[in-house]
Amino acid sequence: MRQTLSFTPSAKSEFLAGARHTTPLIIAATPFAVIYGALAIANGIPEWVIMAMSIFVFAGASQFIAVALIASGTPFAVIVLTVFVVNLRHLLYSASLMPQLAHVPRLLRVPMAFWMTDETFAIIKHRQTGDNDQAGFIPYYLGSALFMYSNWFFFSWVGMAMGQSIPDIANWGLDVAMVVAFVGIVVPALQRRADWACAFTAAISICLTHDWPHQTGLLFSSLLAIGVAMVIEYLQREVVK
Amino acid sequence: MSYGLLILGMALLTFIPRYIPFALAGRISIPLWLSKALHFVPTAVLTCIIVKSTLVQDGEIFIAFQNHYLIAAIAAFITSLVSRNLLLTVLVGLVCFGVLKWI
Repeated sequence: MRQTLSFTPSAKSEFLAGARHTTPLIIAATPFAVIYGALAIANGIPEWVIMAMSIFVFAGASQFIAVALIASGTPFAVIVLTVFVVNLRHLLYSASLMPQLAHVPRLLRVPMAFWMTDETFAIIKHRQTGDNDQAGFIPYYLGSALFMYSNWFFFSWVGMAMGQSIPDIANWGLDVAMVVAFVGIVVPALQRRADWACAFTAAISICLTHDWPHQTGLLFSSLLAIGVAMVIEYLQREVVK
Repeated sequence: MSYGLLILGMALLTFIPRYIPFALAGRISIPLWLSKALHFVPTAVLTCIIVKSTLVQDGEIFIAFQNHYLIAAIAAFITSLVSRNLLLTVLVGLVCFGVLKWI
């Protein structure tokens, strides 16, 4: 069944549900945005560049890396390439949403792809396991993504302003919010033995590869963990047979 | 390269990996094994980010009570196992970190 984009009451409630369900993750992302702004100002990056990144790039990890690399005088071409590698995980995210996306109008896929983040992805995956209806997917996604987006650039700006008056704020450790939010996303997903194997492998592997350059350790560990999880799942199915 | 080009380059190379599967959806169908593999993506990637941000401090693995990120993450882990409530997990983790930091 093809869905229309008319703004039905259920679309509106899906939009609001998407925003509401993302709220805990937005609380967690807010300090991250503030630190980004503060850190960038502290490193002497022009204000318009700081805001332009939040508006046109919209990727927390990339923006942090860009700030660190600009500060250390890295050539811009190297920064751009590093950002590309760091963002390859989004390729996995988008790929895992492909079945839902088949019914999304082509033009709408452009902004939806742009707004893909760790947070919106996690919330969308949560929803999928909860119910199977297709109709609410787009408004739900947009509710989550737009809330995330507007919050991100607003608090980048707040961080920029605060960074000028409280230069030390970047060292307060506010980024812990993101860590605990991700814990709250991952733990409920650990249902089968293969899920636990996946998390366990990822944890061990990232410890061994954390010093690989440009987050390649993260990509390698993610792929390894997925591979191990699939083997476990396959073996279990054989046992059941 | 000017800042303008830097932002353009970052914007494009952030967008492309996000967009490719969006563009392909509906045109190609994913094989079953791949969709099974993609089920594990959030657990794999987010676990890596969690463990890297908690255990690795200043480029070294740091497992100690003084690592407040680690203690907060453990508190969040237990809260989530028991409650399965995301908001509660975030709040417990943050309060735990705040208390450790300011005592």
